[in-house]
Amino acid sequence: MVTTAPDLNQIWAWLAEVPDPEIPVVSVVDLGIVRDVAQEGDTTIVTITPTYSGCPATSVIAMDIVRALEAKGLAKVETRQQLSPAWTTDWITEDARARLEEYGIAPPQPAGGPARCPRCASTDLERISQFGSTPCKAQWRCKSCLEPFDYFKCI
Amino acid sequence: MSPEQLFEYLLRLGDNTLVLGHRVSEWCGHAPVLEEDIALANTALDLIGQTQMWLGYAGEVEGQGRSADDLAFLRDVWDFRNVLLTEQPNGDFGQTMMRQMLFDLWHDLTLESLSESSDPRVAEIAVKAAKEVRYHLERSSDTVIGLGDGTAESHGRMQAALDLLWPYIGEMFTPDAVDDAALQAGIGPDMVQIETRYRARLAELLGAATLSAPDAPFSQKGGKSGMRHSEHLGHMLTQMQWLQRAYPGATW
Repeated sequence: MVTTAPDLNQIWAWLAEVPDPEIPVVSVVDLGIVRDVAQEGDTTIVTITPTYSGCPATSVIAMDIVRALEAKGLAKVETRQQLSPAWTTDWITEDARARLEEYGIAPPQPAGGPARCPRCASTDLERISQFGSTPCKAQWRCKSCLEPFDYFKCI
Repeated sequence: MSPEQLFEYLLRLGDNTLVLGHRVSEWCGHAPVLEEDIALANTALDLIGQTQMWLGYAGEVEGQGRSADDLAFLRDVWDFRNVLLTEQPNGDFGQTMMRQMLFDLWHDLTLESLSESSDPRVAEIAVKAAKEVRYHLERSSDTVIGLGDGTAESHGRMQAALDLLWPYIGEMFTPDAVDDAALQAGIGPDMVQIETRYRARLAELLGAATLSAPDAPFSQKGGKSGMRHSEHLGHMLTQMQWLQRAYPGATW
């Protein structure tokens, strides 16, 4: 059990190890879901923002954060939800974008569609559906290697 | 704007998304192709998520300790404040997409205005929801254009859907005392301006879809005031609310 107030940088580092429940190659910090970490008395407050308003992963993420910090020895952890500023894919780190692509998910692009196939890098692509297996993704297909793939929607 | 009026106003926003969200979710596992099934389920999920924000705030404004869940599952038909359009049955896939486009267009314009609301909580919910709704509108309008300007069969079905749903458009723009109070307080938009922009965009869209707007100015109303919901809402609530009615207070 930690008796002195824990270092906030240390807490951020611990949070950077908490994977997204749907896309485990990126962390909740990589995605920009964690907005703030603060200490109020003996309680650690982690402020998070939902990606999509109805995303079922949001409550799982809050539970995972509390569980992860408790496992590091923090006695009192609380999550708070913040809506503003609204989450944007612009907050996803460069490093996380590369990991998404390696994992087979094309990272978000301002142009509104994937830059290239995450498998063969072809740019000959077509959209199958504006929506995918989670609220944050759409379905695309590569016309060169013929494989379908997920695209992380840009919002 | 009195707290009672703000509560009413928030119920309208939250009940629209709740009732339409539930309606759209009825397609889960039944849509024509897998991609459409997933798209409809995602749209429903966004709308239910927005409902939690609107009804959550409504409950706080009311100050009686009612949560978003209490408001969703423990009110009866006459306490719902959604517009009649949202409670209309799904019909075929074309009818569902026509209803979605007619609502999305209004929703998109309304949320854009609400993003500038004088009530900071309303503004932040609207900014969040607007991002999702822009995406819904893109899909529903593309689908209406694709099916309207499609085969003779799909064109006929889309025209029939438009004729059927046409009388439900007007209610979205007919202001009453609650809307007027929201406008005065800078909380809600000017419905007349919204209607002008809506009609212009709709005409353009219907042109691209090769569909004709019916020459029928009559509009049904009674949904957002709660005075006269259609029979369909009660049937929907028996499905949506049965668990909390049969097992009061049941939790996961």
